Amino acid sequence: MSKHHISAIVNGDPTEFLCETQQTLLDVLRDELNLTGSKEGCGSGDCGACSVMMNGRLVCSCLVLGVEAEGATLDTIEGVATGDQLHPIQRHFLEEAALQCGICTPGFIVATKALLEKNPNPTETEARYWLAGNLCRCTGYDKIIKAVMNAAAEMRGA
Amino acid sequence: MGNEEKQSKILGDGKSKYRVIGTRPVRPDGVDKVTGRANFGADLQIADMIFGRVVRSPHAHAKIKSINVKKALALPGVKAVITAADFPELDKSDIAAGEVTVSFHDMSLNVIARKKALYDGHAIAAVAATSPEIAARAAELIEVEYQVLKPVMTWKQAMDPKSPLLHDGMITKGVKPPPEKPSNVNARHEFALGDLAAGFAEADVIVEHEFSTETVHQGYIEPHACVASMSADGMATVWSSSQGQFMVRAQVAKLCGMDISKIKAIPAEIGGGFGGKTLVYLEPLAVALAKKSGRPVKMVMTRDEVFRATGPTSGGHGRCKIGAKKDGTITAADLELEYEAGAFAGSPVMLGCMTGTTPYDIKNMRAVGYDVVVNRPKAAAYRAPGAPVAAFVVESTMDILADKLGMCPLELRLKNAAKEGTKAPYGPKFLRIGYEETLLAAKNSKQWNTPLGPNQGRGIASGFWFNIGGNSSASVALNEDGTVIVVTGNPDIGGSRASMAIMTAEVLGIEVSRVKPLVADTESVPYSDLTGGSRVTFATGKAVIEAAQDVVKQLRQRAAKVWEIDPDQVEWKDGMAVAIETDKYKPLSIADIAKVAGKTGGPISGKANINAQGAGPGFGTHICDVEVDPETGFVKVLRYLAIQDVGTAIHPSYVEGQLQGGAVQGIGWALNEEYVYSKEGNLLNTGFLDYRVPVASDMPMIDTILVEVPNPGHPYGVRGVGEVPIVPPLAAVANAVSHAIGKRVSALPISPPKLLAIIQSKG
Repeated sequence: MSKHHISAIVNGDPTEFLCETQQTLLDVLRDELNLTGSKEGCGSGDCGACSVMMNGRLVCSCLVLGVEAEGATLDTIEGVATGDQLHPIQRHFLEEAALQCGICTPGFIVATKALLEKNPNPTETEARYWLAGNLCRCTGYDKIIKAVMNAAAEMRGA
Repeated sequence: MGNEEKQSKILGDGKSKYRVIGTRPVRPDGVDKVTGRANFGADLQIADMIFGRVVRSPHAHAKIKSINVKKALALPGVKAVITAADFPELDKSDIAAGEVTVSFHDMSLNVIARKKALYDGHAIAAVAATSPEIAARAAELIEVEYQVLKPVMTWKQAMDPKSPLLHDGMITKGVKPPPEKPSNVNARHEFALGDLAAGFAEADVIVEHEFSTETVHQGYIEPHACVASMSADGMATVWSSSQGQFMVRAQVAKLCGMDISKIKAIPAEIGGGFGGKTLVYLEPLAVALAKKSGRPVKMVMTRDEVFRATGPTSGGHGRCKIGAKKDGTITAADLELEYEAGAFAGSPVMLGCMTGTTPYDIKNMRAVGYDVVVNRPKAAAYRAPGAPVAAFVVESTMDILADKLGMCPLELRLKNAAKEGTKAPYGPKFLRIGYEETLLAAKNSKQWNTPLGPNQGRGIASGFWFNIGGNSSASVALNEDGTVIVVTGNPDIGGSRASMAIMTAEVLGIEVSRVKPLVADTESVPYSDLTGGSRVTFATGKAVIEAAQDVVKQLRQRAAKVWEIDPDQVEWKDGMAVAIETDKYKPLSIADIAKVAGKTGGPISGKANINAQGAGPGFGTHICDVEVDPETGFVKVLRYLAIQDVGTAIHPSYVEGQLQGGAVQGIGWALNEEYVYSKEGNLLNTGFLDYRVPVASDMPMIDTILVEVPNPGHPYGVRGVGEVPIVPPLAAVANAVSHAIGKRVSALPISPPKLLAIIQSKG
């Protein structure tokens, strides 16, 4: 069976790749495009480690097929920082020590960015419910939530 | 937003005697981890790589009659198939000691089954093919003929003499005289102090209760993953995510029948372990497949495989009887524990016996534990292995006792608290410990003094963990510009690079940002024990401090050489070499000395190789406030406070993080998490949707108080901190729920249907 030829915009760049029908978007990002910042924790959409933006919407890339990315705009963890400038969310994750092992961190940062684009001034409860699909087993979420709230405040110019 | 309780130091004069210890710099590996650049176990791709896949038993207990690999091998793209026949048969005497004793014989049978499949998910064979899809198809073509046996799923079934035996010839150890007949009980452990009968005779009040818990998994987010490659001259390279590259090397060598010198183990970043990555599963299979195929082989587990075939820690049963005087003085305690080891001997029940009553000074005590095999995956270490369940049993019984005495449960603990000089049930007398201080901090905390509303309850519980030292190596090398590189052999599982950098900077008197910590492979750094037992900041930290002191000594010698004076006339002060009792010489900075190193004797580096002694025991006290919905049995955690004697917090944020993370794992254990098996012994909840670890919306902020009672066995007073925090939460939550509903909750997890049944029960 021949592979599919897919064109998409990945982190702002026009990108082409070949993929097999059963390959997930996560497989494509990691194995075909070498964008290994998105992680596979479960393969069933339960852990959020593979979170990416697809056409401006937060998705679990393990639940999307590579072929579905035809014509799509994809934004991954690799595109969150601008050059050597970390995004405020990334900076606050570091300053608040909101990561221990770091495997869930890319997913949390992508999901937090999606939250703050939609709701720049979330309550702690709103942040917790938005991020309920991102599992972290190390931190107990405390410092992650603090980082999110502090990043939100900074981004609002508060 | 919580954390009003936060106090980094509640003892002492509040003035730090350190320059950078106790500060909170950004971790050195942080940027890579927030940008997606850090390479974890599954991220490596190398040229010519093929993909491995494991064939797993669909049966919990079965004889393997035959394995036919012909069809799989015939599939185009398949490069190798292996079974147990490709590995050496190991002797029963092959034992490696660690936090949990490891039998290489059993480990080899766990990594790939030989004659019997002992749990749902047990590896039977493995294939390697040019794509993951072909490997998956090939796995389905491997024909295994099983003779299905009756599964033995619980400790109770296993201890029933009528139940089938998992292993031939398992004669219970620790029983005199040894039983004549084999059983499913591997061992009986006993620890005792004083005279139990006399102790209970002295008591005014005696309480006794039984408890049970279920199998739970460490739940690290990163599935096990590795790449193995083997060259034609028999040299293997293994990249993997683990808690110790030297552990990987030793275990692969043993299981594959290779010399250690022929294996290089390279540590990837590790995406969580909590004890579950202190042993190998995939690595020996990948090495065997690489050897057979001549190609590098990548293997990554699915989440389903992680749940079915790795990790978990024992579920079990416990009974505790405590006697006390009217004033609360405990006169005797009797603890019995039965832990399910999984398919092979070696649950952490002995550690449960050694830790359960240890927070208390009890003159007459006994703890008896039974290590029982069942048709579940072999238990691996999980954060303070064995202690949380024992603490659940003892700390719940303490609560029942307090109730019966009409005494505040915190005061009961304070009255009996272990302190300096108390003899622990497992032998030694404690040096300076800070358990009492955690209780006093609890008593004075805001949470303890916050009023509760209707359907709400508050629970308090304490916990103990030994913490260990062990073998560690470190080197500190000076760069030409005066920056330094510190190299250790311990994977950074939760921020240890930051603490290594801080301790190096403290000794050298330089900024933390001028220290670059590195975790090296097995050929670039001398041996270190694995990352576990809360040992890294203590033991590897001690090695780092000694290596940095070695550098300081050389820096003083080099300055002396520049000034042409005796090295004894030079002291190292605030990052500068200073001549003593004279201002004739301008002090030299580390950068000044680095610049002229070539002229004063060559490159400068220090090293230390130690077996660190003097690990400081850790104690914690947690307070949990809950609200129970009486109509659904749902438990909401309202507030949570974790207090711990941490010795000295090198990087307080990461210490708090250990307390918070451990607490939440414990809350999950108490409320949600359990392995659910079918009657046939198949695991039914093999994903995160059904194996419910806590999510952000389940939790409140986790407040912390760091009590700093320095460990006399470490130059900076460090105690291990990672394990204690998972010990108290099970009982803290259960005690809180029990108070909220006015009935005792004795079985975990406290899931809504189970709790609703208790609420609605009479009596």
